[in-house]
Amino acid sequence: MRKSLMGKKVVVLLLIPALALIFIFLILPGLWVLKIGMTNETLTGAKARNPDFVGFENYAKVLSDRFFYNALRVTLLFVLGSAIVGQAGLGLSLALLTYRKRKLRSFVQSVVILAWIIPEVVVAYLWIAFLDKDYGTLNMLLSVLGLRKVNWFYEYPLPTIITFNIWRGTAYSMLLFSAALETIPPSYLETADVIGVSAWRKFKDIIFPNIKSYTLTDLILITLWTFNVFTPYLLTGGGPSFRTELLSIYIYRTAFRYFKLGYGASIATIALLINFALAMFYLSLSRRKKA
Amino acid sequence: MKDPRRFSRIVSYILLAPILAFFISPIVWLFVTPFSVRPSLFISFDGFTLNNFVRVFQNRTAIIAFRNSLVISVSVVALVTTCALFAAYVFSRHDFRGRNVLLYVLVLFSSVVSGAAAMVPIFVLNLRLGLVNKELGVILTLSGGIMPTALFILKDFFDSIPRTYEEAALVDGSSPMQVMFRIFLPLSSKGIIVIAMLVFAQSWSNFLIPFVLLRSASKYPVSVAIYTFFSEVGVPDIGMISAYSLLYTLPVIFTYVLIERKFGFSFYGGIKG
Repeated sequence: MRKSLMGKKVVVLLLIPALALIFIFLILPGLWVLKIGMTNETLTGAKARNPDFVGFENYAKVLSDRFFYNALRVTLLFVLGSAIVGQAGLGLSLALLTYRKRKLRSFVQSVVILAWIIPEVVVAYLWIAFLDKDYGTLNMLLSVLGLRKVNWFYEYPLPTIITFNIWRGTAYSMLLFSAALETIPPSYLETADVIGVSAWRKFKDIIFPNIKSYTLTDLILITLWTFNVFTPYLLTGGGPSFRTELLSIYIYRTAFRYFKLGYGASIATIALLINFALAMFYLSLSRRKKA
Repeated sequence: MKDPRRFSRIVSYILLAPILAFFISPIVWLFVTPFSVRPSLFISFDGFTLNNFVRVFQNRTAIIAFRNSLVISVSVVALVTTCALFAAYVFSRHDFRGRNVLLYVLVLFSSVVSGAAAMVPIFVLNLRLGLVNKELGVILTLSGGIMPTALFILKDFFDSIPRTYEEAALVDGSSPMQVMFRIFLPLSSKGIIVIAMLVFAQSWSNFLIPFVLLRSASKYPVSVAIYTFFSEVGVPDIGMISAYSLLYTLPVIFTYVLIERKFGFSFYGGIKG
């Protein structure tokens, strides 16, 4: 161990501001949610000032709450469709299609990254405009082709927000898989080209074994992020009739529209535990990789 | 088949075309509509005008929101960059047990306490601290959330700077603080600039935290203001909203282009979730 450049006092002084902010505005809320979830605190009215401790009463209610099950189901489909199948699949495809094509790849990446970095309120409005029933670009194109105009947000609400989220989030998977492909020694594929191995065999025997470990990292991270996404609220507000009500939107509705902070917190606790499980999974995975 | 790579190139172009169209189509609107004489939801262009931008500048709410966004993100950048800089310096230069684990746990925690799971306790915390409907609440909450990742990336960057200069200065009798400000900071300015820009883009774009914490329209940053513009009842002013959205988006694009030009993509993964 090398000698430190600083004394103990300096170390503590330099650490305090950052750690204090993290503790108060990140760790404390993360723990506090457990307590709030066991009260009947509300945003307004009598229980706003003096909430009662109700123990696990909220959780018992959650277990028979049909909106909770609806939100859970919508969220699972959303994560499965937009993250696991969509973003990972499209991200990998894009990485493969632009593999060993430097200029093409940097162009494709710029476009995909643009969808990723534009602020969420703006992308939401871009999609509202793009999919508008009467004047949206997509429907205009469809009617030029002689097809019927579709009311996307009402007829296919869930597939619509899933597609939106694929569009929004593919960049990360593409960047990760592109980086993973770079780790394959070029000689492997050059040899395969010389022998004349089929594209599928190249993927199965050379590419896939080399990027396998990255795939799991990607899947866990995008699952974690997608699970917590709130942006679809800006597109649909959770509707029509709760068909796009993700867990995040249900928590928002419960806590801030119906003012039931305690009950909202108990649902948030469940979301937090799912996040926690995913994070632990990721942690154990990345430690195994290092060892 | 003469050249398998040429064949694969053609196949990839054919497959890429529709995917690229899918990614580009919704975005085109953002760059066309603000300059269009008759702006509509359809991507159309009937003559160039800057009138839509003029209307943004005549809209008091829009201008106040711009100012609010600036105040919030500049404060978050100042706070996060300074604090993360100090702490990352310690994490990089001071050996103590479990520092890597600690850092890792903090970063993971920031992923766990986010979005859906975080908004209720973050609101209650701000309520108890008297920070609801105050810009300070938004600034501190955003800072706490971004801090672990900023710390993590900065530490990584600092690790790549050799210790020898600092050690030599210490031997020469400089104090640790002098070493930090005179020798270490100039060496690490590149990493600090990247962090500052990423933190700026993140806090500038954030919607959920101000949406949950702020109550009065005069305090809204641009993200929430745009949302109220397009979700308000009545016919939304498409020309104004599109111009406003473009003005709001440009700093973010500019920031990322600058980072990409100067430092490459390697910094992306960590901070943008």
